[in-house]
Amino acid sequence: MASNTKYYDNLTVSNSPHLVTSLDTTRTMLYVVAALCPAAAVSILYFGISAVVMIAVCMISCAFFEWAYEKILNKPSTVRDGSALVTGLILALNLPANLTHLDSIEYPVFMPILICIIGSFVAIVIVKQLFGGMGRNFANPAIVGRITLFLSFTSYMSTWPLTRFQKAGIDAVTGATPLGYLADGSLTYSPSLKDMFLGNIGGAMGETCVIAILIGAIFLICMKIISPIIPVCFVATVFIFALVYYAATGGGPDGQSALYMACFHVCAGGVMFGAVFCATDYVTSPIMKLGKVMFGIGCGLVTMIIRLFCSYPEGVSFAILFMNIMTPLLNSIAEDRFYQISKRKKAAAAEKKA
Amino acid sequence: MSFKSRHLNSINAGHHKHTAGCATEIMPVPAAVRISMSQNIGAPCTPLVKKGDTVLVGQKIGDSDAFLHVPVHASVSGKVTGIETQRNAMGGMDTLVVIQSDGQQTMDPEIKPPVITNHKEFVEAVKASGLVGLGGASFPTWLKFNPKNMDGVKTLIINGAECEPFITSDHRTMLEDAQNVIDGALAVMKYLELDDCYIGIEDNKQDAIDNFDAMFAKQGLKNMFTFPLRASYPKGAERVLIYEVLGKTCDAGVLPADLGCIVSNVTSIAFLGQYLKDGVPLITKRMTVDGDAVSEPKNIVAPIGTEIHDVVEFCGGYRKPPKKILMGGPMMGRAVYSDRMPIVKNNNAILVFSREQAWIPEETACINCGRCHQACPFELLPTGFADAYEAGDVERLNDLKVMQCMECGSCSFVCPAHRPLAFMNKLGKAMVREASSNGK
Repeated sequence: MASNTKYYDNLTVSNSPHLVTSLDTTRTMLYVVAALCPAAAVSILYFGISAVVMIAVCMISCAFFEWAYEKILNKPSTVRDGSALVTGLILALNLPANLTHLDSIEYPVFMPILICIIGSFVAIVIVKQLFGGMGRNFANPAIVGRITLFLSFTSYMSTWPLTRFQKAGIDAVTGATPLGYLADGSLTYSPSLKDMFLGNIGGAMGETCVIAILIGAIFLICMKIISPIIPVCFVATVFIFALVYYAATGGGPDGQSALYMACFHVCAGGVMFGAVFCATDYVTSPIMKLGKVMFGIGCGLVTMIIRLFCSYPEGVSFAILFMNIMTPLLNSIAEDRFYQISKRKKAAAAEKKA
Repeated sequence: MSFKSRHLNSINAGHHKHTAGCATEIMPVPAAVRISMSQNIGAPCTPLVKKGDTVLVGQKIGDSDAFLHVPVHASVSGKVTGIETQRNAMGGMDTLVVIQSDGQQTMDPEIKPPVITNHKEFVEAVKASGLVGLGGASFPTWLKFNPKNMDGVKTLIINGAECEPFITSDHRTMLEDAQNVIDGALAVMKYLELDDCYIGIEDNKQDAIDNFDAMFAKQGLKNMFTFPLRASYPKGAERVLIYEVLGKTCDAGVLPADLGCIVSNVTSIAFLGQYLKDGVPLITKRMTVDGDAVSEPKNIVAPIGTEIHDVVEFCGGYRKPPKKILMGGPMMGRAVYSDRMPIVKNNNAILVFSREQAWIPEETACINCGRCHQACPFELLPTGFADAYEAGDVERLNDLKVMQCMECGSCSFVCPAHRPLAFMNKLGKAMVREASSNGK
């Protein structure tokens, strides 16, 4: 051993494992943004510049509120993880693209922008940060943001602009959504299933085009960002519920088959968008498989009950909020079943007695 | 017909098997070795030599009266220059025998092949060889070969999965020492009266699988089989391997013998094959030396007790200043604080990382994604353990079966928030143990 050998006596000591995945929270959020891109692109195609402006305003204001809140409270900043951008994008895609249709509504010119900012404030500050920030919110921020706006600015939030292709040849700039037609009792003027699949219908910006949402869903499932359980259970429940309901009540309002109506309910409104992007929010959905199954089925049931038996034409956001609140319960049921907690406790108690 | 999955959950932790093609090189005897007296699970040994004694290669220098132990042997011939104590990687204190090598490597004349006629003598010989589980657990092998339910044990499972990233020493053993593996396995099967033997090998080591298949066919071994495993972590964990090979669920606390099998690492079996031929106890170890701070990553055979810096010196020295040195693989290996730590029996790798690679990621908030649950081979709930541990809730830790955790580290690996979940599991287990020893 040479006397001039240099030893290293101050090495880093840490617990195993010493390797970690590169798929961290930031990258996860980037993947979700990427998965939302097809839906965002289609909304820009259909609704033009208003979609661009509203998406930008929502994303920027969500990021700003997150940054400002943490700055004021002197908390470590989480803007860099991108979760606020995801919230902003989902919120924007949940709004009607009403920016350029001001003439038809009695609102000041800056109102749509203000609405985007109010929604972002509710989502980030009230729903997310006041409950403890990232990972601690009990409800999906974008969903609560949308519900707040819907209840506060009902006429604005339920005035649906037509897409650029629907407008061709007719004078109107706004119209009813397929679910709006259904609530009015006739589907005579409602768009075809093909148009609904392609998104050439009235509705919130991101939720109209089923095919764009499906592309995002397949991407997220293939990248193992989300589990397919919740979306599949959600959509399947909506489909089966509608199928059984219309079969029992003798078809749709204009004599459509139960199968047509089941497809209609899946493609109309926010079922696809909600199932893929909102119900799968990690923070507010159960962890274990059984919990996810119950969560998806619950979302589908509440959605259909609101659509068919309540006065609102659409119920996806209420359904997801309702199930968000149920999540701790679903988690504990799933844990109890999977790890047989109460069963083991009963056995232990019986053993003690004997 | 069961709907239960044929495979347990596993993760892709990367392979990084850079040294798979590096034939093993035998390291020259260093100027001095420092041999630890605590190289097995169980009781540490007491030195049998004192300062100034002359020792020969293979001479027993440490032994214990305790039940669970194996003796320690000198890996070089020379003079004992001191008995030291040193803090080990686990935080406890180790006794070390320091031997200055005379460079002669004179063998102890008493070393001769063991004479074995029955199971009892076999177990005694394995104990005298100083063999411990070389996969990393360092459980005394003789006790494994002495199950309480001898008649119920029918299968030998040899663990050649080597699922840890970077490490290729078992792979090289299977290619270079295959005959010893077969001889060792046949001896175990003979004295324990086992019916068959499976060698579990991950399918990223197809050459090892083909090699064994060819040798089994050539030697007419009808009851020895290779068992290809999908290359993913942690396929080489004992309880995972038993499930993959036998389809039997092995809960924590259940001995493999209770399920009718004995699991042993392939390098342990290879050593056994060699030991039965020449009687040389466990004094050298094959290991992978890799990492971005090593100039020439390679596989080497080094005397036990060699200091890490001597090992790295043999591999071309440090390319960059080391910041983290691991004994074992990156998933379950231990980080040591000094490169003066000596090689012990269960070292299968020395990984040396520079500052860039030793970077510890910042922990962020849990986003409830459940990837830890999906990654866990036993579908435990590490995020639940972490919350319960932080709340000091022993009952909930028990409810969620924290003691089933084998600390493989998959949960920490996949966590997008980089939470130290495996570490918290260990703390949670310690908390449960403490609570039960206090009688609740």
